[in-house]
Amino acid sequence: MLETYLNLALKAIFVENMALTFFLGMCSFLAVSKKVETAVGLGIAVIFVLTITVPANQLIQDKLLSEGALAWISPSLASYDLSFLNLLVFIGTIAAMVQLVEMATDRFFPALYSTLGIFLPLIAVNCAILGGSLFMVERDYTLAESTVFGFASGVGWFLAIVALAAVRERMRYSNVPMGLRGLGMTFVVTGLIGIGFLAFGGIQL
Amino acid sequence: MKFLRTILDQQGKQFEPGGKFEKLYALYEAADSFLYTPGETTKAPSHVRDAIDLKRLMVTVVVALGPCILMAMWNTGRQAHLAIQGGALPLATWQTKAMETLGLAAFDPSSILANFVHGALYYVPVLAVTFMVGGNIEAIFAVIRKHEINEGFLVTGMLLPLTLPPTIPLWQVALGTAFGVVVGKEIFGGTGMNILNPALTARVFLFFAYPAEISGDKPWIAAQTSPDGFSGATWLSKAAVEGKAALEQGLTWNQAFFGDIAGSMGETSALACLLGAAVLLITGVGSWRVMAGVVIGTILMSTLLNMVGSDTNPMFEIPFWWHMVIGSWAFATVFMATDPVSASQTNTGRWIYGGLIGVLGILIRSINPAFPEGWMLAILFMNIFAALIDHYVIQANIKRRGARYAT
Repeated sequence: MLETYLNLALKAIFVENMALTFFLGMCSFLAVSKKVETAVGLGIAVIFVLTITVPANQLIQDKLLSEGALAWISPSLASYDLSFLNLLVFIGTIAAMVQLVEMATDRFFPALYSTLGIFLPLIAVNCAILGGSLFMVERDYTLAESTVFGFASGVGWFLAIVALAAVRERMRYSNVPMGLRGLGMTFVVTGLIGIGFLAFGGIQL
Repeated sequence: MKFLRTILDQQGKQFEPGGKFEKLYALYEAADSFLYTPGETTKAPSHVRDAIDLKRLMVTVVVALGPCILMAMWNTGRQAHLAIQGGALPLATWQTKAMETLGLAAFDPSSILANFVHGALYYVPVLAVTFMVGGNIEAIFAVIRKHEINEGFLVTGMLLPLTLPPTIPLWQVALGTAFGVVVGKEIFGGTGMNILNPALTARVFLFFAYPAEISGDKPWIAAQTSPDGFSGATWLSKAAVEGKAALEQGLTWNQAFFGDIAGSMGETSALACLLGAAVLLITGVGSWRVMAGVVIGTILMSTLLNMVGSDTNPMFEIPFWWHMVIGSWAFATVFMATDPVSASQTNTGRWIYGGLIGVLGILIRSINPAFPEGWMLAILFMNIFAALIDHYVIQANIKRRGARYAT
């Protein structure tokens, strides 16, 4: 049992890294990776939100949206299949969750809020978050599995953005050709980091 | 040698700003500083004087590679001859024809000369292609971007052929070199500014682009092998199927240490790499911390896997002393991991960097069924994280000093 979760987590962190294998969450990945400190802040926020939204959306999918899910309210609703709504509902849930998390951290953990605060609204529109929920539907994860999956995909994304930020800090000493400076070079470096992560491709525990 | 200096000085004027070949200054400068120590001195008072500069540093690495290169030529020939003796047929290539012309067509594995010539016929073309392609790209970039031509390229060009199988098509060598030099180094601004080791970038590019030729599943011997005659699988892939027993029955540890086994051209001999390591360590060019880190990481991880054990994966039972002599462990540790540019640059960072390479390399080798060998991927992965390790080592240092002097 534990092995399944470990396998799932390692797969989500290294083998199917959100940022480097699926290229999800690219806008903030490229934009907020200039300094390690801010990258760490955004990365932690992503871990945080993914760990909450993926299981939340799993519950919604399981209890409300998927075919026959409404049967627990009344047997007459068993024939409904609302799964066509899941994209809309998931985005709504993510936005609401991010708002709730933001208010809660502001009230109870002001120190955490001051580091994460600016990144939380940004994350509501990060496609890695929505991607996490959609992968969860596609792969039929249970509640426990989706919690592990959400957390691990967040960790994978965190690792990727922090590595990129450190590399970009070191590249201050590089002399990149004019045409490639800035975003162009960042895309190339992202590609190279992606090749590095291929080291884990194919690992099965 | 006076006349050489005179020629260089006379022609030098044409390459100075305003001269006829002003644009090609980089080429002149390369020839000049390759042959002579540069005459320029610092304008402001200088504080440290040292005869070693980037060029001498890089040339030291080339010298350290000497034993590996000799071994590459001898062993490539020897493995082919052993295979032929064991029932394989010589490849229908110009190399075989050249051997016949030279009267060495007996393919005798005990003749040092025949081994050497046959190996050189495979190694030298690969080396030549690497240098031609890489050198031209480097020169074009130097001329257009107005930086100097660096001997860093010489090292990249020496390293890459040693990591390739003898039968690799030359166009792939050219393509890999071009990718490694352009994407791995030149677009970052040239030697010293890259984040990944260019030779490794080239090797990994070839690995993922042409897995059939280079992934290590197929035999890497310059002879026509057949399944019933001489299969020629590398020891690493044999170990992955049959475990320690296959190694202990098939060869002795000394044989593997000496490098008399099939594999990439220059990677088989741990002894040659050890000689190279001695040169790098005595001159202080390679970081002993990185090498020691890799050794410790390897020993820890493989011992851990030995203790954990596995019924399904025979790689778990291979002890570390075998891990260190088969595959490319020695070569990667000595020459690839210690690259001063792409490794961590703080002393604490070097220990962490090396240690993690050791751990990851064994992990990839043992538990990843997709790749038989893990060192180049482990090093490339750690190249990416080297900057991050440095960042945190420096932050910790700042914090510690801050705490010391704060109150």
